[in-house]
Amino acid sequence: MMTTTLSAQQVSFVRDGNTILDNATLTLSSGELVGLIGPNGAGKSSLLRMMAGLQRPDSGQIYLSSKSHPRTLLNDFSGRERAQILAYLPQQETPAWPLHVEHLVGLGRAPWHKPMSGKSNRDKQAIERALEITELQSLRHRIVTSLSGGELQRTLLARVFAGEPQIILADEPIAALDPYHQLHMMELLAEHTQQGGSVLAALHDLSLAARFCSRLVLLHHGKIVADGQPIDVLTTQNLEQVYGISAYVDCRDDGVVIIPRKRVV
Amino acid sequence: MYSEVNLQIKISFPRVVIFLVIAIVAAAALALNSGAADIPVLQSFADIWHGEQSLGATILGQIRIPRLLLAMIVGATLGMAGAAMQGLLRNPLADPGVLGVTSGAAFGAVCVLYFGAAATAWYWLPSAAIIGALLSLVLVYFLAGLHSSMLALILAGVAMSAITGALIAVALNFAPSLYAMQEIVFWLMGSLANRHWDHVVIALPLAIIGWLLMLSRSRFLDALSLGEESAGSLGFNTHRERGILLFGIAIGVGACVAVSGSIGFIGLIVPHLLRPFVGYRPGRLMFASALGGALLLVLADILVRQFDSARELKLGVVTSLLGGPFFLLLILKTRSRWA
Repeated sequence: MMTTTLSAQQVSFVRDGNTILDNATLTLSSGELVGLIGPNGAGKSSLLRMMAGLQRPDSGQIYLSSKSHPRTLLNDFSGRERAQILAYLPQQETPAWPLHVEHLVGLGRAPWHKPMSGKSNRDKQAIERALEITELQSLRHRIVTSLSGGELQRTLLARVFAGEPQIILADEPIAALDPYHQLHMMELLAEHTQQGGSVLAALHDLSLAARFCSRLVLLHHGKIVADGQPIDVLTTQNLEQVYGISAYVDCRDDGVVIIPRKRVV
Repeated sequence: MYSEVNLQIKISFPRVVIFLVIAIVAAAALALNSGAADIPVLQSFADIWHGEQSLGATILGQIRIPRLLLAMIVGATLGMAGAAMQGLLRNPLADPGVLGVTSGAAFGAVCVLYFGAAATAWYWLPSAAIIGALLSLVLVYFLAGLHSSMLALILAGVAMSAITGALIAVALNFAPSLYAMQEIVFWLMGSLANRHWDHVVIALPLAIIGWLLMLSRSRFLDALSLGEESAGSLGFNTHRERGILLFGIAIGVGACVAVSGSIGFIGLIVPHLLRPFVGYRPGRLMFASALGGALLLVLADILVRQFDSARELKLGVVTSLLGGPFFLLLILKTRSRWA
């Protein structure tokens, strides 16, 4: 897979007088699983939506570089071209209709559809592959509204995989899931990066973020206050200043364990 | 929003289409056979074919065939527009009139009836209705702002409907004569009686434009099942797609209201009925609903003609009279599925 980089350069965004993002600069390269962390309202969702091209920043630029497009403004891509490279998984996506699992997954092929033609072989293969890696083959004829939260989230991720994107931007993909499904989702995202793709995911579970992410980006009041290896970002000092908590941080061989103890007032 | 396990009927899409087409052909045959005059239909067809001027040929060629075609065009457009609107709003309770298009068209027509222009030339009424539909859509967009959320558009549409509804009431209030008032009220009820080829000629091209605009957006409607954000991230320019879809709805519905008055419930019920047969996919639902709408309106128009009385029972009254209770039944039967 060719190397693809998505980078936000000094992005600022103000809504109704509130600064949502303040001069945020962030680069996401191939093979990286980056966790975007920070308290509620820190600007994680806004940053993701801007990097997905769904919202323009007030100032600053977002660049998408690939082999065929060296350092191009994200806005210069057509919606279709952008969607072929970059996929976005919003927070709590709820399907409006009780579609079949395989039909919903097929929606992810939209950026590749040609006008006035049906599903191509490549579409079918991509959908099959997405069902396979997310272990949804046995559920393909199920109705999405009858799925459990974990199954639904996996279906939505399969929809993203079906589009064969190189970059995945996911907004709290593991919120409201049980630990088993949280691990499953994180493993699937990690697998995507091992194959050369890249993932930027907003996360609230700091231990899981530390365990799976190669890099963590800590947002606070719209500013990026730390960007680096999990062990360097998740310091007791950062947790106290940004999250307002005192936490027990333990670095072990198999990762960092964080146990929040009490609020700091 | 749907919840729990839903009704899914396993039947392939081509089969649904074939079944509906066969049903439409059968209904059309029945429609050509029903009417006040008792004419030999096959013989009349032969007369038309040979260019012979018989009574049967005239009734069939000048009255029944245009009426049948109009029923199909109007039914198909309302069905498709209903499916398009429900898909766009991600809500099964939407109908083509949500954004004020229907009432705008009705108001345009009522203006013409009020000032008596409708009697001077036949084309005034349809033109005014289409202009009314498009104008109300433009106003709704203007009210809500061009890059507004769907919710803002709906609110503006509701406001627009209320305003045009009030203006129609004003027209009735100050109607120059009882006759004019009766004409307006009867027209508002919706009917396909006394229509001729001119009506087909004005409605068909606009309806086709509407159909093509709507159908060309079926992929967008499918993607919209996931929400506006996701559709945007899949490469759709949501504002543009929505604009094209709404324009298609306005032009199609405007053309329908122009020739038939307002006919309710088709746009609401047909998509609702057919949704389980197409696996709840909004894109396919539009096409199926067009066929279903045509079928239902042809059948309703046959029913209207069974009441042989001095005062015609209006088609719009029949669709509402049958549609209302039927819809209620459907909701009662399926209410456990709605969260």
